[in-house]
Amino acid sequence: MSLRRTALKLLPTLCLCVTLVACGSGESRVVQGNRNGILHYGNGTEPQGLDPHIVTGLPESHIVRALFEGLAVKNPFTLEPEPGVAQSWDISEDGRTVTFHLNPQARWSNGDTMTAHDYVWSWQRALNPAMGNQYAYMLYPIENAEAFATGKLQDFAEVGVKALDKHTLQVQLVTATPYFIQLMDHYSTFAVHRPTIEKFGQATDRFTPWTRVENIVGNGAFTLKEWKLNRRIRVEKSGTYWDRDRVKLNGVVFYPTENISSEERMFRVGQLHYTQTIPLDKIPVYRAMENSPYVNAPYLGTYYYLLNINEAPLQDVRVRRALSLAIDRERLNNTVLHAANVPAYGITPPGTLGYQPPKLFGHDVAAARQLLAEAGFPDGEGWPGLELTYNTSESHRKIAVALQQMWKDALNIEVTLSNQEWKVYLDSVDQMNFQMARRGWIGDYVDPNNFLDLFLCDGGNNNTGFCDPQYDDMITRQAPRAKSREERYAIFYAAETLLMEQMPFIPIYTYTSNHLIHPSVRDMPSNLMDSLNLKYVWLDQNWEGAQ
Amino acid sequence: MWRFIAYRLLQAIPVILAVITVTFFLVRVAPGGPFDSEKAVVPEVKAALEAQYRLDQPLLTQYAAYLGDLAQGELGPSFKYPGRSVNELIAAGLPVTAELGLYALLVAMIIGGVAGIIASLKPNTAQDYLPMSAAMIGICMPSFLLGPLLVLVFGIYLDWLPVSGWGDIPGDKILPAITLGSTYAAYIARLSRAGMLEVMTQDYIRTARAKGLPEWQVVTRHALRGGLIPVVAFLGPAFAGLLSGSFVVETIFQIPGLGRFYVQAAFNRDYTMILGTTVFLSTLIVLFNLLSDILAAWMNPRLRTQFSEH
Repeated sequence: MSLRRTALKLLPTLCLCVTLVACGSGESRVVQGNRNGILHYGNGTEPQGLDPHIVTGLPESHIVRALFEGLAVKNPFTLEPEPGVAQSWDISEDGRTVTFHLNPQARWSNGDTMTAHDYVWSWQRALNPAMGNQYAYMLYPIENAEAFATGKLQDFAEVGVKALDKHTLQVQLVTATPYFIQLMDHYSTFAVHRPTIEKFGQATDRFTPWTRVENIVGNGAFTLKEWKLNRRIRVEKSGTYWDRDRVKLNGVVFYPTENISSEERMFRVGQLHYTQTIPLDKIPVYRAMENSPYVNAPYLGTYYYLLNINEAPLQDVRVRRALSLAIDRERLNNTVLHAANVPAYGITPPGTLGYQPPKLFGHDVAAARQLLAEAGFPDGEGWPGLELTYNTSESHRKIAVALQQMWKDALNIEVTLSNQEWKVYLDSVDQMNFQMARRGWIGDYVDPNNFLDLFLCDGGNNNTGFCDPQYDDMITRQAPRAKSREERYAIFYAAETLLMEQMPFIPIYTYTSNHLIHPSVRDMPSNLMDSLNLKYVWLDQNWEGAQ
Repeated sequence: MWRFIAYRLLQAIPVILAVITVTFFLVRVAPGGPFDSEKAVVPEVKAALEAQYRLDQPLLTQYAAYLGDLAQGELGPSFKYPGRSVNELIAAGLPVTAELGLYALLVAMIIGGVAGIIASLKPNTAQDYLPMSAAMIGICMPSFLLGPLLVLVFGIYLDWLPVSGWGDIPGDKILPAITLGSTYAAYIARLSRAGMLEVMTQDYIRTARAKGLPEWQVVTRHALRGGLIPVVAFLGPAFAGLLSGSFVVETIFQIPGLGRFYVQAAFNRDYTMILGTTVFLSTLIVLFNLLSDILAAWMNPRLRTQFSEH
């Protein structure tokens, strides 16, 4: 009896040892994946959902863009639009009428043919105020779209979108919009399958199960095969996709890798081909490696500090400029940020589709001290104090502490730090309840307009109190009427110069994308949007020989 | 006994109701809402979203409606995951967290129990100090340190065990169970040592020894049952603690359990999810406390009499 009891007690330990030995040398997922053409992709977080007209985040976009395709897609190498569901498009002389010619081969994953009517219905859904689509504004360049989306117009027939026939879609724009074709690759403009949605509820219902594995119908290069909450999402190559011969992967598994340290460890042991990001402290280690899997590339985003220009002492432009001039961005980048980013001197990331922002200033302590003295605070005397608000995060804190010290050293002024939990911080910024606050902006499309329209008087993301009618005129009236890209960029350049002279925010750095990518992954180039086009990607089984 | 259980269950109702009420109003007082995001949300869109989730109604109406739904077992739709109900999310996460908790408890009982018993046999010698010092370290070592350390040694350097996942790769449940269980192992070691020390001085142990039984039989057949009563009393709250406190381990090992939903819900201001998980976990805690009281009574006849008098 007691012997049996002892044996029973020892059993779990025994099992543990056996398992320990047994699972020592297994084939990693990456090796298996390379053989079977399955990409193992670290995707950041569990997606909120897969409905293109509801979701808002990056992890969602990666999966949605595998399951659906827009009228035009971005070439991952050049970011220029190329045919998607539309095999071609014409733009009228005045730039206000766009006619899409749909590919007759384009199919839904259940075999139905895709038609122009699918787009009319889907855009009505995407713009319907009851839908609560946070990206409805992607369709605002279309005539009357904004009025319909904000409930001012009830009749969708007045919105500038028409199906001329089964395969021709005509869109009437408010004004010439050079980046409109690019927007067709944003998921909020994707078509959704009407019969499937209506089978499970009303068009604008957010709570229906139409995106579940057993129900969803898409039109992308892949179809949904498995969705295990917080575990993985598995997609397989679609048999109905019009360009299926080009798709080389047999499938992709997306993992919700919320913890970036765990994600890096998964990569190290061959569980992932690709990581969404990399812990900052690991960058020097990977950089020092030979044949490093670390990939760092410019990214369409800017990290900056908002200045509430209604609050003293920031009402004075000299104080704002002094604060900006006192920052040694190169040093910050090389030390705290491990040289992983690019110092920024404007809001638009350099090289946004060929646009270079003005650089009006640099690190200049003497000029900064002079400006502060002129504003009435010589050597920091009489400084009323300033509070910097940021959302709780180790990297934001490190940057804030470094800048706090730079301001102390250069200008002899005190800046206090206040970290707030994410939603509290959002609320503070939204209510303009701050003096100086951290902010990041990631572009939705590659065009300087996407950054410069932030600071329009009524810009929803302005949050500084900055308002200049001349600036608004340049961005909203002059730029869209420009005859050429050069002329348009010249207007943007002048506008950004005006903006940086007023300095309603302090630019700090331009983001970069940072990934670990297994050497077997091919044709997944870095680009400014960090845009993934899985149609191109393939896995090289013989990567070791190739190296 | 039945009267005691019924009495305790009745007592639980106002407790849980108070939890619901306090949580309901507290989350609404917290700054920021479920639909705030870094990119400004157009007022019309926000209004439409709020209408879809009944947030446009007066707070008391919402509260009454929530209680009504709850009475029917409906925890409402999640804000963060449109198209999924809180019931569904809990149902998806609970089995994983419960399994993890169970393994962790098993690890804790084996390691803690053995260490405690060994220590109690020769008090105040090296045989006592060694396991007890280890237990102290176990209590002090947080799982966010132990987890990555174990992963580094067994997952990366030795390549014996997977570094993350749950039920995907053989052996991926071992490290999370050990990480989560180790803190509790340390508590159990201390409890069982104290319990055993007390029992070992009792008359019936002396009698057993006098009968000439070998020491290991004295321990296993006579001392254990009495010596482990404090441990059993601890098991209920411990399991409830494991269920509600597994967030860190779930995050380190990418485990799709309830803990991650619970904490993320608070950050996302996912009102229904915060309420749903809180209500669910508080109910579990109440039940497990009751269960461990009953179990302790079953093991200790003296307590059983006390309960019957209730």
